[in-house]
Parts: sequence; C-alpha cells; structure tokens
Amino acid sequence: MTTLPRWADVVLLPLLNVVLAFLVGGLIVLAVGQNPIEAVGIMLYGAFGYGSGFGYTLYYTTDFIFAGLAVSLAYHAGLFNIGPEGQAYVGGLGVILIGLALNGTHWAIVFPLMIVCGAAFGAFWAFIPGYLQAKRGSHVVITTILFNFIAVSMMGYIISRILKPAGVNSDESAPLDAITRVPQLRTFIELFKNSPVNLTFFLAIAALFFVYWLIWRTKFGYAVRALGNNPVAANYAGISNQKMIMIVMALAGAFAAMVAVNNVGGVQGRLILNFVNGAGFVGIAVAFMGKGHPIGVALSALLFGILYQGGQELAFQMPGITREMIVTIQALVILFTGAMGDMLRGPLSRILAQPDPVAGAK
Amino acid sequence: MEQYLVDITLILDSTIRLAVPLLLACLAGLYSERAGIVDIGLEGKLLAGAFAAASMSAVTGSAWLGLLAGIGAALMFSGIHGLASINFKGNQTISGVALNFLAAGLTTFLGQSWFQRGGYTPQLSGDQRFSPITLPFAAELREVPVLGQIYWELISGHNIITYFAFLCVPATAFILFRTRFGLRLRAVGENPKAIDTAGISVTLLRYQALIITAVLVGIGGAYLSIAQSAGFNNNMSAGRGYIALAALIFAKWRPGPALLVCLMFGFLDAVQFRIQGQSFPIIGEVPVQAIQALPYILTVVLLAGFIGRAVAPKAAGVPYTKER
Repeated sequence: MTTLPRWADVVLLPLLNVVLAFLVGGLIVLAVGQNPIEAVGIMLYGAFGYGSGFGYTLYYTTDFIFAGLAVSLAYHAGLFNIGPEGQAYVGGLGVILIGLALNGTHWAIVFPLMIVCGAAFGAFWAFIPGYLQAKRGSHVVITTILFNFIAVSMMGYIISRILKPAGVNSDESAPLDAITRVPQLRTFIELFKNSPVNLTFFLAIAALFFVYWLIWRTKFGYAVRALGNNPVAANYAGISNQKMIMIVMALAGAFAAMVAVNNVGGVQGRLILNFVNGAGFVGIAVAFMGKGHPIGVALSALLFGILYQGGQELAFQMPGITREMIVTIQALVILFTGAMGDMLRGPLSRILAQPDPVAGAK
Repeated sequence: MEQYLVDITLILDSTIRLAVPLLLACLAGLYSERAGIVDIGLEGKLLAGAFAAASMSAVTGSAWLGLLAGIGAALMFSGIHGLASINFKGNQTISGVALNFLAAGLTTFLGQSWFQRGGYTPQLSGDQRFSPITLPFAAELREVPVLGQIYWELISGHNIITYFAFLCVPATAFILFRTRFGLRLRAVGENPKAIDTAGISVTLLRYQALIITAVLVGIGGAYLSIAQSAGFNNNMSAGRGYIALAALIFAKWRPGPALLVCLMFGFLDAVQFRIQGQSFPIIGEVPVQAIQALPYILTVVLLAGFIGRAVAPKAAGVPYTKER
C-alpha cells in the first residue's frame, strides 16, 4: 500500500470521498433538471435558517450519533453491525415498558431508567448475533440483517396485539404522561419552538466522549482495537476473541437503543410502529464517513441531520425533489467512503509524491 | 372436502408465483457467491430492475424492452459492485449495503421526477406486461379430475418468466457442475490463487459471474413489476433480496435445494395471506408476524449450525490481490 502523509490519510482522503459522493448526488439532481446549488441553499436554510428547523436538525443528529456509534464501535472490533435499526426498535420496547410501569413519575427518575432499560433490550438484541458469531460461527453481517427483519415482525406483533390499548385504532402503545416524558429543549430554550430536540441530545454528546475514552484510553478499548486489527494476534496476546465479540456487540446494541430514548421517551411518548424509520441504517453511513472516530461521527451525524431536516424543506420547496434524494446521497456516501474508500489513494499519493522513507535510504 | 382441494391448489399456485422472484434472485446470488463475491446488494438490484422494467415498459409499451431495461439496471449495479469489490478491493458487504440504499433512494426519487405519481409508475396493461401463457390442452383437460385441475391451475397459466425461472435451476446445475466454465467459477470462489496460477484471469471470471447474476436478478426484478404486478411501487422488493440470500445459505449454495427452499419460503408467504385472522383447532390464532419471521428465524438457526452446517465458498467476500 502506498504511503500517504497522516493528515492526508485521516482528513484529505475521507473528505475527497465525501465531496465525490456529493458531486455525484449533485449530478443526479442536475440530471432530473433541478438546480443543485439552489437545492443546497434551501437545505441549509431548512436546517439552520429558523429555530424549529435547527431543533429538528439537532434531533436527527442525536439519532444518527447513537446509530453511528453502534456501527463504528462494532467496526473497531472488526464486526460489521448492520442491525442498529432492529436494535433500536427492540430498545424501544425497554423504554416504553419502564415508562409505562412508572407512568406519572417525574422524568428525572424515569429518564435514567429508560436509558438503562432501553440499553438492556437493545444490548440483548445485538448480543444474540454476537453470541452466534462467537460461539456458533455464524456471520454477524447476515445475522444482524436477519435480526432486523425478525425485530420488525416481533415488534409488530407486540405493539399491535399486546401494547395497543383497547379502543385505539392506530398501532401504538398507551401514551406516557407529560411529566414522565424526557423534556424537550424548547421548554428551556425559546429558540427551539415546535422542535423535538430533547435532553437525549446531551446524552449523545456524553456518549461521544465516553466512546473516545473507552476505545483509546482503556485496556478494554485496546483489546477491541487489537481484535479489529488482527484477531489472531489478539488471541495470542491473551484477549478472548469470543468474549470480546459478545461484549462489543451488546454495547453496540445498547448505543443503538438510545435512538429509542430520543424518539419514544423524548418525542412520541409512546411506542409506535416502525418508529426507527431508517435512522439505524443512516448509522452505517455516519460510521464510515466519520471513520469510526467520535469527532468524525459527530460531524457526519450533524451532516446527515442537516440533510434530513434540509431534505424536508427541499421536498416542500422543490417539487421535483423528494426526500429520497437524501437516501441516495446516503448510499453514495457509504459507497465512496466505505466500499471505494481507497479508490483515490493511488492517484493521491502520486500527487503528494511523498518520498518513500525506505527507498530514500537506499 | 372439495373446498379444501381448491384452497390447497390456490395456495400452491400462489406459492409458485411468490417463489419466482426469490428463485431468480437466489440463483443470481448463487453465481456471484460461488465466484467469491458476496452480494448483499441483491435486494437493491431486484428493486432497480423492477423500477427500470416498469419505467421502460410504461414509456415504450413493450414488456420485452422493459425486461431488457431491468437487466440493464441490474448490470449497472453489478458494474459498480464489481468496480468496488474486484478493482478497488473494497469491502463487498459495504458495497452491497450502499447499492441497496442507492436503489431505494434512486427508484423513488427518479420515479417521482419522471412520472409524478409519488414514486409509482403508471399502471401497465396489455403488451406492457407479461401475461399468462395457457399451455397446450390445458383448457381441454381442465375437466379431468385432480390431474387436469393441477395442470390447469398450477402448471399452465403462468407467464414466460416463471417458466424461465424454473428452467434456470437445471441449467444452473448443468453449467456449474458439468461445464469447464462452471468448474472455474467454483474454483475462483474457493481458491482464486489456483485459478490465477492456472493462467486464468480471476478478474474476468468474477466479472462474468457478476454479469450472470445481474441478468438473473434483473429478470427477477422485472417479474415483480411487469409480470406479477402492473407497475412499480415504492420498495416493492420488500426484503425479497434478503430472503433470497437467506435461501441461498439454506440451500448451501446449490441450485436444486435452492429451488426447494424458495418454494418453501414462497409457500410460507402464500400461507401467511390465507391464515390472517383465522383460528385453528388446538393452536388457536397463529400470528401472521410469526409466519413472516419464520424464514429469517430458520436461517438464523441454520447459520448457528443447529440444523446442519452451511459452509460458504471459502473465498467469498475476500478480494483477490495478485502477488507482486
């Protein structure tokens, strides 16, 4: 592999890949006869231009930070977790169960319990694929995909047959009392009027710091990275690969479940069908774009938050563009930063033409 | 009693209809995974194929041109997958995931901007679709009890893609196990280095496999939108690409079992519509969701080695790097 200066490897290459993804996205917008520059303007206005738009951006960002961490945490251990969608969905069950059990109790007591209980459910849902890979050799990629589908069926049953109160038409659980819900920031900050951003946002920020500390500052994180870089060597270094795989997957599922705290606890106040709505999948793009680093995850989660909220605005303002344009851009980001991440490495190293230290010595 | 027979025939008939796209996608995946390329992107290719087929058919009025467009779209997706996973040695899983999103986004986005029907293509009719073919003597033999019924209901009256899909099973078995190409294809999925050492291009072989994959899954997509239905709608593949992948694992990457597993999954799907809201003796009402989840749960159990071992082609998912 050709050598690149570190800054180019960490910043320039990913940046170029993201730019490439957006250029191709722009070309597609152009191809259907719309103006991409105008589209970007509308998006930015929708995401930042007014208080509730900005609030929505931060609300989406919260979701994407958690989903992104769920994917990148597993990826540090060499595991590709495609399951945050299902993990978040099942996590929602934990959140609503504790919420309903303590309905009417002040949120300051329920919020931490929602985090713990949601995390436990999400962790359980991710632990099974982890266990199956560690102990039974089935591949986590396939099992997490399958578990997304199983989650949809299982939760569909639970919501429509068990949690749905009598006399309610739509498929959803009973609502939480206002006092029990995680407070939205608009109650403290006037700026965020009508937007769903809530206290979970700060939990997301804390999670970013926690993951940084965990992965780069602890013995556990060292073991995770060792496993991801070279499982055989990790094994010789006395790290139990099996145990690590199970713990890391469970942890990833716990993070994914925080999407449910944000949505079920903080916004809907009830468990509704398909509430995750693709946020778990966005996490895949966020993780690759952010290269698994919390700073990268934060920035790319914000970018996707802007895209999602801006995309809503765009769908209003430009009839030729639907929200699905965002899914397309998401796909391009995954493609260029994940699958074709090294495409530009060759040309780039030729341009930067760093003298090979070994060749120079000869 | 008579009613039972009719019910069973109807369920089996829809089993066949529901199994066709699965079967085509499953055989498609078979070629690429046998050649060492994991294809999570089957779902996306199915969707892209369905969209392109319906769009082309709506515009030109010809189902055959639609079919070609479906194949073309799948070929483009396979091309991207090939570039990422063969040329740039990227992660095949990630590439597949990206393609699935790309298909989900692009089909709705383009559909809306082309047809302005909220992502739906116009309703197709007549020559824009593949219509049922009545096999010879089917109508005449219809009155013959049981056998005539089976011939009329189950064997006759499907469209041309259905017959093609079922013919693909023996054809695939023959190509894979009786031809030189098949031998090389299997070898490149097990040990690409051996193929390389024998002076055969790994890249070329893998691209050939991807082309076959695209053709099959493209036809499968076209089946969804211009044979089974009369037009495209959002996310109409509805996870069939993933089910096909599960079926592939279940069939242990072999064409014969692939047919059986796809029929089984198709059957579960057909039953699910039937039992909705019905109560049964002893077990009571079976939740539809349980039947929906059954193929996935079965595959998980199989993957975990509880009902036999599913061993993937050894080199599947590993990019091949020629030694320098």
